[in-house]
Amino acid sequence: MLLDQVSQGISNDTAREALNTLELPTTRQEDWRYTRVGKLASEEWKWSTSNHPFDIRPFQINGINAHHIVLVDGKYRPDLSDQSELTGITLQASQESSAPVNGYRHFFEALSYALTTTHIKLDVAAKTNVGRIIHIIHATTEPHVISQPMITITCGESSYIHIIESFVSSQEIPAFTNRTLKIQIGKNASLNLDKIQQESDEHFLMNEERIHLDTDSRYTENTLTIDGGWIRNNTHVSMDGKNADANLHGIYLPRRKQHIDNHTLIDHRVPHCNSNELYKGLLNDHSTGVFNGKVYVQPDAQKTNAFQSNANILLSSDAQINTKPELEIYADDVKCSHGSTTGQIDENALFYLKARGLGDDTARRLLNSAFINDVLNKVENAFVRQYVIDDLVKKELLIG
Amino acid sequence: MSSDDIIDEITSREYEFGFTTNIESDKAPAGLNEDIIRLISHKKEEPEWLLNWRLEAFALWQKMTEPTWAHVQYVKPDFQAISYYAAPKKKVNLNSLDELDPELRKTMDKLGISMEEQKRLHGVAVDFVMDSVSVATSFKEKLGELGIIFCSMSEAIKEHPELVKKYMGTVVPRTDNFYAALNSAVFTDGSFCYIPKGVKCPMELSTYFRINEGGTGQFERTLVIADEGSYVSYLEGCTAPQRDENQLHAAVVELIALGDAEIKYSTVQNWYPGDKEGKGGVFNFVTKRGLCDGERSKISWTQVETGSAITWKYPSCILKGDHSVGEFYSVAVTNNMQQADTGTKMLHIGRNTKSTIISKGISAGKSQNSYRGLVHINKSAENARNFSQCDSLLMTDTCGAHTFPYIEIKNKTAKVEHEATTSKIGEDQIFYCLQRGLDEEQAISMIVNGYAKEVLNKLPMEFAVEAQKLLAISLEGSVG
Repeated sequence: MLLDQVSQGISNDTAREALNTLELPTTRQEDWRYTRVGKLASEEWKWSTSNHPFDIRPFQINGINAHHIVLVDGKYRPDLSDQSELTGITLQASQESSAPVNGYRHFFEALSYALTTTHIKLDVAAKTNVGRIIHIIHATTEPHVISQPMITITCGESSYIHIIESFVSSQEIPAFTNRTLKIQIGKNASLNLDKIQQESDEHFLMNEERIHLDTDSRYTENTLTIDGGWIRNNTHVSMDGKNADANLHGIYLPRRKQHIDNHTLIDHRVPHCNSNELYKGLLNDHSTGVFNGKVYVQPDAQKTNAFQSNANILLSSDAQINTKPELEIYADDVKCSHGSTTGQIDENALFYLKARGLGDDTARRLLNSAFINDVLNKVENAFVRQYVIDDLVKKELLIG
Repeated sequence: MSSDDIIDEITSREYEFGFTTNIESDKAPAGLNEDIIRLISHKKEEPEWLLNWRLEAFALWQKMTEPTWAHVQYVKPDFQAISYYAAPKKKVNLNSLDELDPELRKTMDKLGISMEEQKRLHGVAVDFVMDSVSVATSFKEKLGELGIIFCSMSEAIKEHPELVKKYMGTVVPRTDNFYAALNSAVFTDGSFCYIPKGVKCPMELSTYFRINEGGTGQFERTLVIADEGSYVSYLEGCTAPQRDENQLHAAVVELIALGDAEIKYSTVQNWYPGDKEGKGGVFNFVTKRGLCDGERSKISWTQVETGSAITWKYPSCILKGDHSVGEFYSVAVTNNMQQADTGTKMLHIGRNTKSTIISKGISAGKSQNSYRGLVHINKSAENARNFSQCDSLLMTDTCGAHTFPYIEIKNKTAKVEHEATTSKIGEDQIFYCLQRGLDEEQAISMIVNGYAKEVLNKLPMEFAVEAQKLLAISLEGSVG
């Protein structure tokens, strides 16, 4: 099975131990209730052995001043990445990984530590505003390859950095990317992360993220899922210092037989922190969507403000959405709320637009645009936003 | 009176209904095996088919494990230490309440369900279940004239076996869960109600449950069938004596609404919650489910939960008939060491089905209060509509309030909304009331009642009064 195929050469002892005890998740487990891993586990997987050529140009974002870090089939490719000097930031690429502080949460996390294909470490110096955007491109070119990149970002006190991560395939091939992201944001520091997921329909993408926020820090993450056969985004945000802000936004537009799963956990451990979540989905054809947002407020975390919202539109009668917004609250002086809605395109609105001369398709796309516009507007960088909109327009989902 | 004093007073308040009644009872030895089930069945003079039904359930139960997914922590009951049958010894068939054992009458009076009063004022028919056996059903003749059957379960098994056989276990099958299987094996009594076609039941039907004997569990089964075009409003209340041990209550309630029928089921649950340290109290593991079988049928659950050490309860609606409606209104109050994991399931199967969920949780002391709900829109459920609102009110910084809503949608025409908020009583709200001459206790009582009003308004009048009183007892002044 999956493990047997990839188990040769595990160097990390704790991960090997964890893999022996952890089992592949099943739908009997609460966290995996709506997401099946059977197909992923039964495919034939191998490690990439050669350096394939890859054209990054279609995935570069026009107009931004970016420093590109390119990983092909899970391996760092200096030949495709920018080699210019970066100021205020150090970059290291290795294959080493240490064990996570709080143990492994599931099989895939242990697997990613056991055999990390590339570990990119970014250290942002204190009091630095990194002027260039760091654009990390995870590309898949080889069929049946398993890629396990790990990204560690440490933000020094009062620093600022903007990161973009793209997940792309060169063609329709079955492949598995198991990416782990660890972020430590220092006091009064700020990090923006835009994830653009444009995978092929046969691709499996497992995203594991742990973000720690220190006092007065800010974290904004936009998960923009345009395409992908099987995607699981696990985002775990830990509010470790007072007065920190976390904002998680996401759009997902699954079509055909795609399966998109967003799991978020915001752990309010200290008082005076704010968190905001806004996820919107447009689901078509036979696709399925999952949203599970958990807000955990620890006994000491008074004066917490936590808001969460998830809205979905089902465009096809074969599409499905499973949503579970959870609140677990152990402190009393808090303001927490969540809302979830599911509906369909408003026929009256559609009629109104048609009466004004728009074709059915254009009218629907206009309404789709209107629906996810508020999430897209959360993407601060106009060029990134335009890149995503252009791609969605090209795929006949939105209006230009 | 400072708020600390108020808290002291509230938390030291004794459970009002914690008396025991000295009635000799006929109690089966502790433990559970096939012989005990045969004994229960024999004592109740049951037909062969029912005994077999029980034994099958027992076999299923032995293969099952207790559910552990609820957000509650407790020491698992020892199922072999419980006596599964306890009945008041004197057993006569009663025609009117006057023939009742005087001790039992006193019990009822102490509970504040003076039947005489209720009979006269509100025209409520009451079935009273003590420990395991139904002891009194009032107003039987008057109901009989309309063709309404309202009696104890054991009587229904004897007199109306065809109805019992047809419907029992259809909504909550024996395989449903651990406690439902246990109940099916050992249930001793409960209430049975059948409303014939086109009949609007002229009075509220009511059952009062009480666990009296120590070392026993209560396993009753309620079956309500509303035939085409009929209407019934059903009330259920419960209390238990104060004991140091945990008592188990594992009931099954099944409702069936045929075409155009409506069932309104209201519960005021006030089982003994245990003392301040969490010692004793009732484990309330109940399976309640209603089936909207026919077109345009409606089932409405209203519950006020103030008691029990542990509550594990999800009154649900299966909306099978087209245009059927399911409603769930709940106020759950937890104080001291109580833990509640309660909510509902709305399963939309038919077209144009509608459901509404309003859940108000109030947690105080060191309690944990969770809402857990499921809204499932099946592929066949065209134009289904759901609205859910789950609010939590936190009274102290040591309690917890949680929401676990599951929303599963498989039809694009569905419109589903869910919202939840968590907050505490604002100091500005209290200050406003104090300014206007109310004391803190009155202010809190007013704010809590206002908060829960949406649900309390759904209760029949005579129950609403009791529920408001209970809310006041459980909560007044518990703000920190």
